[in-house]
Amino acid sequence: MTLLENGKIIDDEWAFVSPSGPLPTGGHVVVDVERLQREHSDVLALNGPLALFIENDQDLSVVADDIHRFDMIVLNFPVYTDGRAYSQARQLRWNYDFKGKIRARGDILCDQFSLLARSGFDVLEVQPQVTPEIYDQAVTEISGAYQV
Amino acid sequence: MFQYTDFDHRFVRERAEQFRGQVSRRLSGELSEEQFKPLRLMNGVYLQLHAYMLRVNIPYGQLSSAQMRKLAHIARTYDRGYGHFTTRQNVQFNWPKLKDIPDILNELADVEMHAIQSSGNCIRNVTADHFSGVAADEVTDPRIYAEIVRRWSTLHPEFTYLPRKFKIALSGSDADRAAVYFHDIGLILQNNDDGETGFKVLVGGGQGRTPMKGRVVKDFLRWPDLLSYLEAVLRVYNLIGRRDNKYKARIKILLHETGLEELKALIDREWCFTKKTVGPVTERDIADIQSRLVLPEYGPVDEGGVAKTETAKAENPDFAHWLKSNTHDHKRDGYRIVTLSLKPTGGIPGDLTADQMDQVADLADRFSLGEMAVSHEQNIVFPHVKQSALFELWTDLQNIDLATANIGRIGDIISCPGMDYCALATTRSIPVARRISENFAELDRQHDIGEIRVKISGCINACGHHHVGDIGLLGVDRRGEEYYQLSLGGKIGSDSAIGTIIGPAFSTDEVVDAVEAVIETYLELRQTDETFSDAVERLGLAPFKARLYPENFHDAA
Repeated sequence: MTLLENGKIIDDEWAFVSPSGPLPTGGHVVVDVERLQREHSDVLALNGPLALFIENDQDLSVVADDIHRFDMIVLNFPVYTDGRAYSQARQLRWNYDFKGKIRARGDILCDQFSLLARSGFDVLEVQPQVTPEIYDQAVTEISGAYQV
Repeated sequence: MFQYTDFDHRFVRERAEQFRGQVSRRLSGELSEEQFKPLRLMNGVYLQLHAYMLRVNIPYGQLSSAQMRKLAHIARTYDRGYGHFTTRQNVQFNWPKLKDIPDILNELADVEMHAIQSSGNCIRNVTADHFSGVAADEVTDPRIYAEIVRRWSTLHPEFTYLPRKFKIALSGSDADRAAVYFHDIGLILQNNDDGETGFKVLVGGGQGRTPMKGRVVKDFLRWPDLLSYLEAVLRVYNLIGRRDNKYKARIKILLHETGLEELKALIDREWCFTKKTVGPVTERDIADIQSRLVLPEYGPVDEGGVAKTETAKAENPDFAHWLKSNTHDHKRDGYRIVTLSLKPTGGIPGDLTADQMDQVADLADRFSLGEMAVSHEQNIVFPHVKQSALFELWTDLQNIDLATANIGRIGDIISCPGMDYCALATTRSIPVARRISENFAELDRQHDIGEIRVKISGCINACGHHHVGDIGLLGVDRRGEEYYQLSLGGKIGSDSAIGTIIGPAFSTDEVVDAVEAVIETYLELRQTDETFSDAVERLGLAPFKARLYPENFHDAA
């Protein structure tokens, strides 16, 4: 997997905590919603950057009160044709005014890069062969949009 | 006609080039067919029974003579010399080669056309009343708002991968000619008591295997709120519409499962946000779009046009029939709206040859200020014909077999392509349409029968709109034999209704006689000036059942 932030390759500093494993003491930690709900105060007391993984059938209102405690939200595309996370990203940006990073994981083709960027995603987990040049081509091949 | 902005021009070119890249990735094997499928669909490319099919958008059905000539050229150069006009006001080419399609898209871009989102699980080509802009009964020209919706919905970043396809239709008045009650969203323009323009908003209509009439979610939506409200509806649908079963994925099922009040509440909650983020449609947006909608320059009306037509009518009964069924009131004095019938007796509903397309384009230049519209009933409308020119137009249309005086009559059959083309169909709907058409070939009889809509679908997906036909026929396959289920009483408009199945299905050999029997029953029982639709409403199904299933009826009685 290659990680792109606004089209530039970056190192992945984040560790996804397995749902059943213990909570680390700090670092770049990604927890899921169930963990957040179950170990709420422990999660929010962690040192270092914190991210939240939200499944695409999760209603964001459930985590609304805590969203601003996170540096990054990770949204999921189980298959690229399942577009729920586009709406979640827009809700995060627009309804909740979330200013942190939004990261897309899952099944992501270069044909989605532009839509993802325009919906508020800034970090994308992409296939290993994707280069910054491919990204630039994908987000500029259609040079404008009808919507905000 | 709308004229593209520089942005529109660039956009459709870039989209064609983007698709060229996707096609070459598919041809090289970089994309699997599974990965390619959603991408090609969003560019109008289907894989049908025998070949790829390209569906080209005709936004709100509006077509210029130059565009029609381009369609003729495409049919001739890349296809087998014909095209098929569909129930969604689009045109389909049945035999293009995949490698040629990017070139076809470029040819279309030359005349301000494209195939973006003519298929796929996204917001489809917006449709509107085919009499838009000229109908005597319209409140406001719906094309202005249809264009706003077209722009908003084109490559919308959030709504390109929806649970299922999403269709929006607009009508300029309550006289619904666009089947707005049977779309995912239907918008009916109206003025409120303060003279403001807005929309009645319907959600959750549709046909297919679960036909449902749209429900009112807003009695009056002010026009500036149009896009923020649509955005809210689509976001709710995108987030919670079902994705586990494609047959339960349309918004009509969501509405059915959540209930109207709950869905309205969810939409309104989201609307609080979208009102701030999407922002209102402004007077300036409207003015901008209006400036792109170049209205035709109507010349002076010839004196004596009405008298001339009246004389020809008295001398020629066929022309009189045509005037009655194929012309409608225009909002301007001295003009009529003319419908060219793409339903010649025994013909394939909605097909035009490349030569006919060229001839139609020439006639549109001579008689209709270069403009046309495609109707969802699969006919071509000439919106601006001088009253004084009607006889001449009729004469010329006869020469190319497009003057059949059967609009809104039993010969004006809507049919899906059926198993002759479609990968989904289970029966051959087109031959049935042709046989019914031949059975009722005689125009005097068609006009005696009067207003009636026969609609045929070759399978449960209901592309032939059989649910809303006065007589609907649904093809079903029984162990390799084709049968047709008859339903009566469907209609579009403010009193929209879904037809009721009358009884056991008829074999393909029996089905024409069954339709004949239904018509004979109507003719025997109708009251003075009573249409088929009104008669079915008054009589119910019983007399038709008695005629069609005499044995069963006696048993039941």
